Amino acid sequence: MQELIRRMKELMADGTVQRVLGWKKGDLSYNPEPYYFNTAEELDEFVYDGFCGANLSKYMVKGSNLEGKTLVLLKPCDTYSFNQLIKEHRVDRDKAYIIGVGCKGKLSPEKLKEKGIKGIKSISGAEIDGDCTELKIDTVYGEKTVAYKDVMLERCHVCKGKEHRIYDELMLESADTCDGDRFTDVEIIENLPADEKFAYFRQELSKCIRCNACRNVCPACNCRKCVFDSTKFDSEQKANVDSFEESMFHIIRAFHVAGRCTDCGECSRVCPQGIPLHLFNRKFIKDINEYYGEFTAGEDAETKGPLTDYTLEDLEPDERR
Amino acid sequence: MKKIALKDLSALLSLIAETEQIYLPCEKGGQVNYARYEDGVKVDLSTLKTVKSAKEVFFPQSETLYTMYKEGKKIRITQQELQSEDFILFGVRGCDVKGIEVLDKVFLSAPVDSFYSARRDHGTIVSLACGEPEESCFCTVFEVDPTSPAGDVTAWIVGETLYWKANTEKGEALTEKCASLLSDSDCAEVEAEKSKISSILSQLPYTNLSLESWHGEATKEKFSSDLWKELYKPCLGCGTCTFVCPTCQCYDLKDYDTGNGIQKYRCWDSCMYSDFTMMAHGNNRTSQMQRYRQRFMHKLVYFPANNNGMYSCVGCGRCVDKCPASTNIVKVIKAFSEKEGK
Repeated sequence: MQELIRRMKELMADGTVQRVLGWKKGDLSYNPEPYYFNTAEELDEFVYDGFCGANLSKYMVKGSNLEGKTLVLLKPCDTYSFNQLIKEHRVDRDKAYIIGVGCKGKLSPEKLKEKGIKGIKSISGAEIDGDCTELKIDTVYGEKTVAYKDVMLERCHVCKGKEHRIYDELMLESADTCDGDRFTDVEIIENLPADEKFAYFRQELSKCIRCNACRNVCPACNCRKCVFDSTKFDSEQKANVDSFEESMFHIIRAFHVAGRCTDCGECSRVCPQGIPLHLFNRKFIKDINEYYGEFTAGEDAETKGPLTDYTLEDLEPDERR
Repeated sequence: MKKIALKDLSALLSLIAETEQIYLPCEKGGQVNYARYEDGVKVDLSTLKTVKSAKEVFFPQSETLYTMYKEGKKIRITQQELQSEDFILFGVRGCDVKGIEVLDKVFLSAPVDSFYSARRDHGTIVSLACGEPEESCFCTVFEVDPTSPAGDVTAWIVGETLYWKANTEKGEALTEKCASLLSDSDCAEVEAEKSKISSILSQLPYTNLSLESWHGEATKEKFSSDLWKELYKPCLGCGTCTFVCPTCQCYDLKDYDTGNGIQKYRCWDSCMYSDFTMMAHGNNRTSQMQRYRQRFMHKLVYFPANNNGMYSCVGCGRCVDKCPASTNIVKVIKAFSEKEGK
């Protein structure tokens, strides 16, 4: 990580970039925050470790309006989002200097809690320079040890790979973290009897508190003003006022990002009620793959998506492959 | 002091539920929130923090206030009935009890909010001491005592026993109702538990957070600080912090078109949202920086200015746990302390 900081300072000093968009050390050992560093001195507070899950690509929508170039750090999965934002003309490629940073899987503070680990004083083993196999956690209730992969975010277990899809330079090693298939859970739900499927959706969606964290963090949700924030819309963006809205908000959102969602997993990472929102998006990705051929949003910044393109071979509404 | 074996807790809850509704922390879909006690619920008293706080029992996220029906050329209006039956709120942690005290200042001051007031009149609060506080807790900074929380009854779970102490008339009445299942106890176990908790509290990272420069007279100095222009930047403008907060009390009033009438309802609002306090002339806070500043100024400056120094933060730490961008009130307080050299 020191080499990364040195390089960032160098790019600031020689005028290549005006600022760095990265992560600032938290006040606890697991809560770094997205941050614009404007001076080399500020970078003393920079951190990049297993808890830097936040996808910074959407912050570049604002970053693109700032004076000069912004150095932005993107993990392999974040680069898919960035490409997609270029494709949608929401970020300016020329305003970004991208250092693609390696990733050894990102960690979930929620999963630490689920393992009964609390009263955390410090955590070691999450450093990007380490081998990221085991976390040692010092708590007021004693020392705890947990396997790194047991507290990794779900999305890292189905990682798209170590390759950065867009970058100016690459730094730091990545590790293979994929040990599952991302469509397994979708298939399980697809195969449920209708009433059980309905009960499952009701249970999960009834937890929603309409905080809109999923929408606001989502790189595909990049409208300047969301239709749900309109005061002229006969709906409520703040509360599930009826069961229709409770059931439909997330499904409408999934439709809206279909074909554009890169499966970055931020929606599920930020949901305060632990709703597995990524499963909706994956259902759409799976269907699109089956109906239009394999497609991964954000692999590049040019290819038209299957839902925004037209070919004579496209499926008719009542047709299935 | 009374006590009951933890294994008999369900008998106690069933006994109370014969005559009164009980709301308590229950697990559903992997998350713990307050829910009505009924057959099949998974009661969870060991999780320290419910996702939403206990405030939703007195101040629900959305509630209908009245309904208007169109009948020919006439309009008929039906007012929503007020809470008229007694109920129990069980297992409330010290921070959330204090949160309700904060809400009382807002909703029970003139003009009294009749919906909230009716629920407060009919509700009895059984609080629960925090056996294992967490690193994001800082309630002691706001003078909450998690070793012995307020409420009509205070309960402690020590080992396999639940201890019970009535504090108010309502609490005495509930104790009386449960007399057949509660037995007398001395205070020795509870006193030991309290000192155990105190020693844990002293080791938590936020214990020494200083509020020295935050008070009702700090408006000008804090409002005009340049720090806000940096602090707000990670903020996504979502409403997570406000919706999990036990003291955020802002709401919106809305009409819902039912097809043959209008339901007037209110729902929690969030000062993080772009349409918050939108009026005909437009919006008085047009940037996320202003919205972000408002939330903390309200909790740490404006509220104490209007309520004899009482802050409208209780240090539950839910925003610390839940903010998607890891920005929160503790970081704000610390950033100002650092800048002011305190």
